[in-house]
Amino acid sequence: MAYEDMRQPIESGCPDGFQYMHPVMRKNFGLWKFHEHPRPGVLRHVAHSGDEIWTVKAGTQRILDVYSLRKLTEIGEKYGDGYVRFTIRSNIEYMVSDESKVDPLITALTDAGFIVGGTGNSVAMMSHTQGWLHCDIPGTDASGVVKAMMDELVDEFQNCNMPNRVHMTTSCCQINCGGQGDIAINVQHTKPPRINHDLVANVCERPSVVARCPVAAIRPAMVNGKASLEVDEKKCICCGACFPPCPPMQINDPEHTKLAIWVGGNHSNARSKPTFQKLVASGIPNNPPRWPEATAIVKRILKEYKEGAKDWERVNDWIERIGWPRFFEVTGLPFTKYHIDNWRGARSSLNASTHIRF
Amino acid sequence: MAAKKMYDTPMLDELEKGPWPSFISGFKRLRDDHPDERINEMASSLLGQLEHSYETRKGYWKGGTVSVFGYGGGIIPRFSEVGDAFPASREFHTLRVQPPAGNYYTTDMLNQLGDSWEKHGSGLVTFHGQTGNIMFIGTTTKGTQHFFDEINEYGWDLGGAGPCVRTAMSCVGSARCEQSCANEHGIQRWLVNNFTDDVHRPALPYKFKFKVSGCPNDCVNAIERADFAVIGTWRDDMKVDQEEVKNFVKAKGREYVIDNVVTRCPTQALSLKDDDTLEVDNHNCVRCMHCLNVMNKALSPGDDRGITLLIGGKRTLKIGDLMGTVIVPFMKMESEEDYERLVEIAEETIDFFAENALEHERTGEMIERIGLVNFLEGVGIEVDPHMVNNPRQSSYVRTDGWDEEAEKWFARKTEEAAG
Repeated sequence: MAYEDMRQPIESGCPDGFQYMHPVMRKNFGLWKFHEHPRPGVLRHVAHSGDEIWTVKAGTQRILDVYSLRKLTEIGEKYGDGYVRFTIRSNIEYMVSDESKVDPLITALTDAGFIVGGTGNSVAMMSHTQGWLHCDIPGTDASGVVKAMMDELVDEFQNCNMPNRVHMTTSCCQINCGGQGDIAINVQHTKPPRINHDLVANVCERPSVVARCPVAAIRPAMVNGKASLEVDEKKCICCGACFPPCPPMQINDPEHTKLAIWVGGNHSNARSKPTFQKLVASGIPNNPPRWPEATAIVKRILKEYKEGAKDWERVNDWIERIGWPRFFEVTGLPFTKYHIDNWRGARSSLNASTHIRF
Repeated sequence: MAAKKMYDTPMLDELEKGPWPSFISGFKRLRDDHPDERINEMASSLLGQLEHSYETRKGYWKGGTVSVFGYGGGIIPRFSEVGDAFPASREFHTLRVQPPAGNYYTTDMLNQLGDSWEKHGSGLVTFHGQTGNIMFIGTTTKGTQHFFDEINEYGWDLGGAGPCVRTAMSCVGSARCEQSCANEHGIQRWLVNNFTDDVHRPALPYKFKFKVSGCPNDCVNAIERADFAVIGTWRDDMKVDQEEVKNFVKAKGREYVIDNVVTRCPTQALSLKDDDTLEVDNHNCVRCMHCLNVMNKALSPGDDRGITLLIGGKRTLKIGDLMGTVIVPFMKMESEEDYERLVEIAEETIDFFAENALEHERTGEMIERIGLVNFLEGVGIEVDPHMVNNPRQSSYVRTDGWDEEAEKWFARKTEEAAG
């Protein structure tokens, strides 16, 4: 598309954050001594110079309309110092150098409908993907799942009663852009793609699609006299990897696209090395608008973790200590053949010992 | 104002209930209250299409090719498959915009971005997407160019989309964290801004992500999600303020400290003495951060700080989840030469990746396919025992260069000892 006013872009890249940083943070950059957590949603950082910065953290709906954005900025101007940052879980943080501004900030945020919390040993806001709102390959909605779940977990966000922090994520397809979490709610397709053979030749770069398949289940074929692709359904693991480059290979299904729950993803090196999340539940109905079945399982896992874990144990630390059989026992979740990994390297996940708890 | 087309949204209305802020209420504000009719229509149409998705449990966006003049990426194009029914959001592209390192903003700047976005877009924005971009969600092909032109003039640039160097991320960092061992924001900008061409013009086998965390708590999830993960660390003794240790013991009790600090140390490097001081076997400390997290007033990182570099983290597609692998156990990040060396390693890595990876293969997958040693030789980095959990288990290996390799090791050790 040509415009009369075409201009060359200024390739400035990533902007310098210092220009938007609170002056007390600029002054004490790299010179912080310790921090305290006086109450949920509030942090107090103290620098070697004696300077202090107070942070008030609040959960948002992540997808902000400009009215919500302006409400947040207005609160920052009126009650804060005009400096904010966003966490990787889309919480907003207001930094102020004067403790007396903390309570009015909390009041203003609460009055405006934002939820102050998310610090320390709370259930964090769920990092999530785009879902039906914007993604081209979503099996479910992300914002809706998160809204429904956070409604139910709001007390855990506002309080810090968990043994350690709990990071939660959702992803609207098996690519899992939402990432790793102590508890992750992800789409799990259960049926191979349905192929519209009339469209494949015109829409898909067939060799790329063949190459994309992790189990070599896709091969070129002539169908109804047209060049197309076919799937060996016995091999197919229903991952959906062929769908983005080839939309006529529809993987999403109102009935057979399910949700799965994974636990124990932890990206910190604290105590144990970082861990990836493990499958614990699947076959959960993709049930808009509030996904009650998925929420119920998440709450059951959280309840057992809260009661069973020791101080400072993340979900993966807790399960590592009590063992997976006990995890399934206390949560009442079924253990099935699908829990036993059969992907490359799976042998390392099998128990080659007599280390068994009775 | 002409009557805009309205759609019933009984399912979405359910998401206006409950205490958590509702994105649906936000959409409705744009539909009902915004002075610009274009935004009213867009929001109404979007609500209609989303309700349709909720009813049918399917998505209706498809991709396409949209960019801005001079670039080949940075936009996520979305065309509606049900545009006839919901015409005002027929084109609903997202601009990925690189945030400032560390995600800092003034409220003034947020308002300015909001003003520009209201002029050219839907009025919906997310801070931030999972890669780290500000996502300005919902505009037309024309709006994409005009919005970019406007914000590009006052300091903002597009991020990456597609098979390119992506927008980078760093944690809150030195600006507000006592655990920080590096200038995360400086490192992030040095790295990603060295590759602006590779950000804006996708030409790699697949995506390449930089993430920078200031300590091994890895708050930006670099090891699990970045092809190039930079983690701040230190190599001298951790600092122990014994008076603060005593205060902590006094406040919490010995049992708490033994159960929650001493016995949680993964390498048993801690001992609580009878006089309530803490002894640290620093030579066996693996910098896991646990004791520093629990007793952050008493324990701090040491002074001889630098970074650990891990390469190859990613999620499942296509061969399964991979964590980054240690490539550089420690390097200082103080002088300009140090920064240049880090950028040089990134350049070598990306060049090698561009040359040797298959289409749609991530760096970690390439390393899995060719073996770590081939990658190390390709980028000119010597082997190091910190790169492995344990040495080889399989005896199926040709070792006819053993003597030369052993000699290399001893020569390196001699060189290191000589300083």
